[in-house]
Amino acid sequence: MSEYTELKKVASQVRRDIVRMVHGAKGGHPGGALGCTDLLVLLYFKLMKHDKNFKMDGIGEDIFYLSNGHISAVLYSVLARSGYFPVAELATHRKINSRLQGHPTPHSHLPGVRMASGSLGQGLSVGCGTAQAKKLNKDDRFVYVLMGDGEQQEGQVWEAAMYAPHTKLDNLIGFVDYNGQQIDGPCDKVMSLGDLGAKYKAFGWNVLSCDGHDFAELEKTILKAQANKGTGVPTMILMKSEMGAGVDYMMGSHKWHGTAPNDAELASALTQLLETSGDY
Amino acid sequence: MKKYPFTEKKDTRSGFGDGMTELGKTNPNVVALCADLTPSLKLNDFENQNPERFFQIGIAEANMISIAAGMTIGGKIPFTATFANFSTGRVYDQIRQSVAYSDKNVKICASHAGLTLGEDGATHQILEDIGLMKMLPGMTVINPCDYNQTKAATIAIADHKGPVYLRFGRPALPVFTAPDQKFEIGKAWMVNEGKDVTIIATGHMVWEAILAGEKLAELGIDAEIINIHTIKPLDEEAILKSVGKTGCVVTAEEHNILGGLGESVARVLASNLPTPIEFVAVQDTFGESGTPDQLMEKYGLKDRHIVEAVQRVIKKKK
Ligand SMILES: Cc1ncc(C[n+]2csc(CCOP(=O)(O)OP(=O)(O)O)c2C)c(N)n1
Ligand SMILES: [Mg+2]
Repeated sequence: MSEYTELKKVASQVRRDIVRMVHGAKGGHPGGALGCTDLLVLLYFKLMKHDKNFKMDGIGEDIFYLSNGHISAVLYSVLARSGYFPVAELATHRKINSRLQGHPTPHSHLPGVRMASGSLGQGLSVGCGTAQAKKLNKDDRFVYVLMGDGEQQEGQVWEAAMYAPHTKLDNLIGFVDYNGQQIDGPCDKVMSLGDLGAKYKAFGWNVLSCDGHDFAELEKTILKAQANKGTGVPTMILMKSEMGAGVDYMMGSHKWHGTAPNDAELASALTQLLETSGDY
Repeated sequence: MKKYPFTEKKDTRSGFGDGMTELGKTNPNVVALCADLTPSLKLNDFENQNPERFFQIGIAEANMISIAAGMTIGGKIPFTATFANFSTGRVYDQIRQSVAYSDKNVKICASHAGLTLGEDGATHQILEDIGLMKMLPGMTVINPCDYNQTKAATIAIADHKGPVYLRFGRPALPVFTAPDQKFEIGKAWMVNEGKDVTIIATGHMVWEAILAGEKLAELGIDAEIINIHTIKPLDEEAILKSVGKTGCVVTAEEHNILGGLGESVARVLASNLPTPIEFVAVQDTFGESGTPDQLMEKYGLKDRHIVEAVQRVIKKKK
């Protein structure tokens, strides 16, 4: 049995949750959510120090911000499966009177969510603020921020990219979900990102890259980023991922960025994803 | 007409800066963020006395607002500081999502609001900021009238839990409110009791209203003058009580006629006590370069414009 058997089981269940949630809501963003599943599972089920008895300030805890808020389904599933709120509540995603809004927000008082996102480009700045506050509070835990690759086109990302090295935020670890896709097509067609790693390097970041679907490599890379603490340099991890990962017909294009599967498509997806801890 | 003698003129932004200096001494949770306008916002003392609690963000206002939202953990109270235009219009979406919708305790402090910024012209003279901020759910909007009131407001908002927009300005104006005043958010200040008309003024226009009140007294008109420093939440009770007595209203603000204090007052009156009303405000235009005084004259924001508005509105009284 591999070291990651348990995490793989969780990831399979989370992917089932994601496709069932967007199917149930007849809308949402499965592509990016499936592509970031392995990362969030690894963070919430192994690497992050966090408390399901949620406290907004997260003192002494690692804090995760989802800047690409459209992939909320994966965050909701991981939070529910971690015990932040009942998994049954996943069925309310995107529906009226739900705490699981289309894009995440603390305004609806959902345990586990600290910041609204949905309008792209703000999360890295928020992470800078929290990383700074953690230093002020003498709290030595980490701040993680996940962004999309298309999101890198927002100017504010680069304001934060300049700020973090200047202020020596080595407790800040960023991820780019490097799936090469956005709404209108491949990023390189819409607005090429160029050599993204070189850009972050030029801004003063420690830049790492890894396969976003290989738990061992992801973990090694994140541990390397953590070990960078003390150097005064923040780390950005370019995480190569596959939009729609885990569901064959969703992979390989931008088509499933924001489309829900129909009944037949859902059935096909579920045959590819083992139910490991009970559907909600 | 009550007398408001003054011995000095000071800018309201210095009230902000001095309020921050005091907060630096009294409240260890207060942190300040500035986007390359530290001297303009009068934050040098705060920076020098609290270097570990002062954050230079550079010319990156969007970044500043989102950083402030992220910084609120552990009880920190971030005060962001830049010009009013770059505090609101430039960063509306960041305020909306990361501050207001995320329920973060951030104080957005905005100098050089309105026409009295002067020579830099319309790019910098925002006249829409009160409207932008008052429309955000949960946002408190404050526009104090002189140095002392701005200092008191700065200190008071640190104790208020929730997002606040604090608006102040550039020019030196008479200091006429009490130095030791207690600033109560959402509570109108009765400047002068009268019976013929209610003048409701905010920010720099309160002084113009006082000058207008003196001229009106000479004309035999007894004006009640109310300072609404908190545009949201609005002290509806004070407004209705006064207007119930006088039967007509003039509002005065250094802001566009659309979306400002006047419209808020009109809404309260329309639904509770329909009353003749006149608005002294900028008539849905941009500003331009000029001295503050020239601009206030050209755009109809001087004491004489308030007097004329009072004469018009009194004629409409039943
Ligand atoms: C400021 C802003 N502009 C536009 C959008 C609309 N939008 C939502 S997701 C998206 C594409 C994001 O691409 P990427 O970051 O690569 O995410 P992915 O499609 O890979 O999940 C866009 C344009 C938005 N949410 N926010
Ligand atoms: Mg993408």
